[in-house]
Parts: sequence; structure tokens; C-alpha cells
Amino acid sequence: MIGIVSYLLFFVTVALSYGVAVLGLNVQWGAAGLFNVGVAGFAAVGAYVCAWITAAPADSHWGGFGLPIALGWAGAMAAAAGVAAIVGAATLRLRADYLAITTFGAAVSLQLVALNAQTLTGGPFGIAFIPRPFSALADQPLAFAAANCALVVVVTGLLFVGLERLTRSPWGRVLRALREDEAAAAALGKAPATFRLQAFVIGAALMGLAGAMQAQFFGFIAPDNFLPAFTFQVWVMLVLGGSGNNFGALLGAVLTWALWTGSGTLVSILVAPEYQSRAASLRVVAIGVVLALVLLLRPRGLVGERPTVSRGIG
Amino acid sequence: MLELFDVSRNFGGARAVDGVSLRVAGGRITGLIGPNGAGKTTLFNLIAGSMPPSSGRIVLDGREIAGAAAHTRLAAGLARTFQIPRPFGAMTVLENVLLAAQGQHGEQPFANWFSPRAVMAQERRNAEQAREIIAFLALERLVSAPAATLSGGQRKLLELARVLMASPKIVLLDEPAAGVNPTLLETIIDRIATLNARGLTFLIVEHNLDLIARLCTEVHVMAGGKLLVSGSPDAVTRDVRVVEAYLGA
Repeated sequence: MIGIVSYLLFFVTVALSYGVAVLGLNVQWGAAGLFNVGVAGFAAVGAYVCAWITAAPADSHWGGFGLPIALGWAGAMAAAAGVAAIVGAATLRLRADYLAITTFGAAVSLQLVALNAQTLTGGPFGIAFIPRPFSALADQPLAFAAANCALVVVVTGLLFVGLERLTRSPWGRVLRALREDEAAAAALGKAPATFRLQAFVIGAALMGLAGAMQAQFFGFIAPDNFLPAFTFQVWVMLVLGGSGNNFGALLGAVLTWALWTGSGTLVSILVAPEYQSRAASLRVVAIGVVLALVLLLRPRGLVGERPTVSRGIG
Repeated sequence: MLELFDVSRNFGGARAVDGVSLRVAGGRITGLIGPNGAGKTTLFNLIAGSMPPSSGRIVLDGREIAGAAAHTRLAAGLARTFQIPRPFGAMTVLENVLLAAQGQHGEQPFANWFSPRAVMAQERRNAEQAREIIAFLALERLVSAPAATLSGGQRKLLELARVLMASPKIVLLDEPAAGVNPTLLETIIDRIATLNARGLTFLIVEHNLDLIARLCTEVHVMAGGKLLVSGSPDAVTRDVRVVEAYLGA
């Protein structure tokens, strides 16, 4: 019983850590129409920076400053935001498709750096022994899982409220206008590149935070965690839940993660052990089929974008 | 107020605007007319900043604005409408107008978290002003309607409302009469005249010579990319060169 409850708590913890990345993508794609195909890269930056800041000193990688976890999360957000500012400043003035090319290239490059810059990142072995929040409770599995879950629920809740406020702010209104008709918005004095860059950087900071949270909850990161499949997962979560809707972003994260872990469990029960590693690919197939079904039956996602009314004029 | 010095624009080998110099006097309504292909729309786009001129200077209140990006024009006091109105269809009429307000704190993302009261207070003031402008342009029944549901003429009025919200000094109107039914056209003409009486300067590109004759004190006629004649509406419509240009003689 305790095992099931703590499993559920851990499930929610991980699902919501993805949810934070999906919220970030929703700022970029849902609000600003920016096609970021490098989500994994920003999450990787956050995860490694957080690991460097919070882990104990070690010979196998750089950093290891043993600082508090809150500093690690803040550093992760700042680092991912910094990378986004550089990538965005270089590409957001260009046509939209260049952003997709550049973000994909940046994410792949960052993953290769993580794999090969062994003195910095531990190379393929990654970084282990990243301190987990509430480690004082580690010998009481239920309390430990509950505390971690509560932490991620609170952080996600704060982000949700903050982003809802942004969506209904004059800033969100400009983004919707730019998405609909850039020339008309520019004629009304709105600088397209500035607003896009802000949305891109805020979204990337959330992806960095998501990477940091996962590093912390798993206690271990490796380059394999940040393959393009991670980006694909986050995109599926947003499309499934409903792009342009923060609640949809979180709902999509939880449902997709349930599908992912659930299909994994099914494979391990139904498939003979010698075929399991190959059958694991069926999980990707399952996600793809669900994505195709959603796009056919509910193209705007489970809860699509709603008309937005600005705060203060209702 | 607005001065053009020897402004030209080439497209490849073609000269769409060829050495145009003209003045738009402050507080007046100035017309820009000419047959199709005369270069009016190109000249309009050069002034509005949609594209830079190949050569020449555009000066607004003593400040050179040629080459500056379109979104910087409004801060300099110059606003434009589009020939085919471009409302943000998913937003309400009120939000379309609110969007145009300049200097909004709430356009800084962090202000919405760290000084929400200041943002809200300004938003309420802006909303009040926006409602007044919407009422002035006879759209008050549609204040909460999505802009996509507006008719062609109502969209023209909404464009004007948005532009007014930004408190410009000079407004460029791109064919305000095109595709508007006669009743709404009267409303548009009346509002332009009222705004001008309050001191707002207009430059109007238009095919409808009746509108030009009723509103404008000075008219510039373009043909073949060049400025052909300038003068009062009466004088230019009687000018033999203008008649020839329109008849293609």
C-alpha cells in the first residue's frame, strides 16, 4: 500500500516536472507562436547547471559546489534563459522556420557537448549523487515522496498562477496580436522582436527549471536524458492537452506521462523478458498513435485555447 | 509637419516612386490621389515605414524617420491604417483598441508580477479612454464583440479607433472609403472632419474623389511615380494634366 502511494506521489512529481517544461513551451508556442524544437537543450542546460551548483565536489565532473537546491534551481533558470537570449537574438528577426532549425541544432550540439566534454559533464556516465530535496527524510519513503510531491505541486501552482496572469496581461495581449498579424501590431508601435525574445527567454527559463527539477528528483543525469525524444515528449504533452491553455499544458503532461509509464508497465507484464528491450519501442508507437488520434478527433487538444479577457476590464 | 525630400523607391529596374518632394501641413487634411499604378501606395508605405526608400529623406517634426522600423513610427507621432483593415479577429473590439495604447507598464512581463496594482490601474484608465473612442466612432454596441464579426465598414472604424488610442499627431489613412457602404462612409467622413477640427493632421490616399473634395484643403496628384500637380481639390481636378493622367491620354 505504502509502495503504491509513494509510487503515485513520485509519478505526480515527475509528471509535473515535465509539466513545467510544457508550461514553458506553451509560453513560446501557445502564446507567441515560436516553434522551438530544442526543448531538450534548454532542459539539459538547466539540469547540468543545477547539478554543478548543488552536487558535492567530485573528480568525475566539473563544479560540485554543494550549494542549496534553491540556488541550483535559480541558476538553472538563469543559464537556460541566457542560452535562449543568445539563440533568440540571433534568429528571432529571421523567418519563423530558422528558429526551428536553430533550436534543433543548438539542442543536438548541447547534447553532444554533454556527451563529450567529460571533464565538465562526466561524459556518457553523467553526474550522479545530485542531492535530492528533503534528503533528511530519505529513510521514510512515504514522507520523502510526499514532501517532494508537495514541493513540485507548490512550484507548479505558483508558475501556473503567474503564467495565467501574464496571459491575461497587456504583454499577453501583444503576443496574441503579433501571432495573428505582425505587420498590424508593428503599425501600433509594438516591437515584434522584443516581445518574441521575452517570450522565448521566459519559456526557456521554465524548461531549464524542469531539467533542474528532474536532475534533483532522479539524483542522476546523463546525456541520454536529453535526446530529441525529450523534446518530442514535451511537444506531445502540449498538443494533447491543448496549446494556448496553461491548464491544458499541465493536463497533457500528466496524461502523456501516465501513458508513457503505463505502456512501459504493460510491456514488462505482457512481453517475454528477452524481447522487452525491443518492445520498449512500442511506447513511442503508443504515444504516436494517441497523438494522431487527438489531432484527428480534437485538433485543438483536450482543452484548447479559450478567448482571453484581460484582467481589469472584465 | 511631415516633409518628403526627393524620395525614390526602386523595385529592380522599375522606379515606383521617382523623386517626390512634398509637405503635409500640420492641422490640415492633405490628399494623395492618382490613377492606378501611380505609386501612391508605395509612397504611403515608405512614409509608414513598411519599407525604406531607395533614396531621399522623410522628416517628421524635424526628425529624419526614413529607414527606421515600422514599429518606431508611432512613438514619433505617426500612425497608419491599412487599405484592407487588419483587426485582430480573435480579440474583442475593446481589446483591439486597448492594445494600441502607448507606454503600457503591463507590456513589461515582470511588471505584471511585481507591480500588478500599477498595471491594473493603468489598464482601467486606458479601458475608460478606449470606451470613449469606441463610442465616438459609433461602435459602442460592439465593444465586447470579437473583431472578426465586424463588417467591412465597421472594421475601417475600428482601425481608426485603434490609431486614435495611440494619440498620434498625424494619421495616414489608406483608402478609408474603399468597400464602405454609403451610410458608414458618412460616419467616417464626419469623424475625420471632427478629429481634424480638434487639431489632428491627416494624409489620405484615396480613389474616392468626392471624399477628397469634401475633406482636403490640399491635394497632391501622382502619376508614373512622380508628383504631377499640387493644389486645392478644385484646382487639381480641373487641371488638364490630371485629366490626361486619369484618362491615360
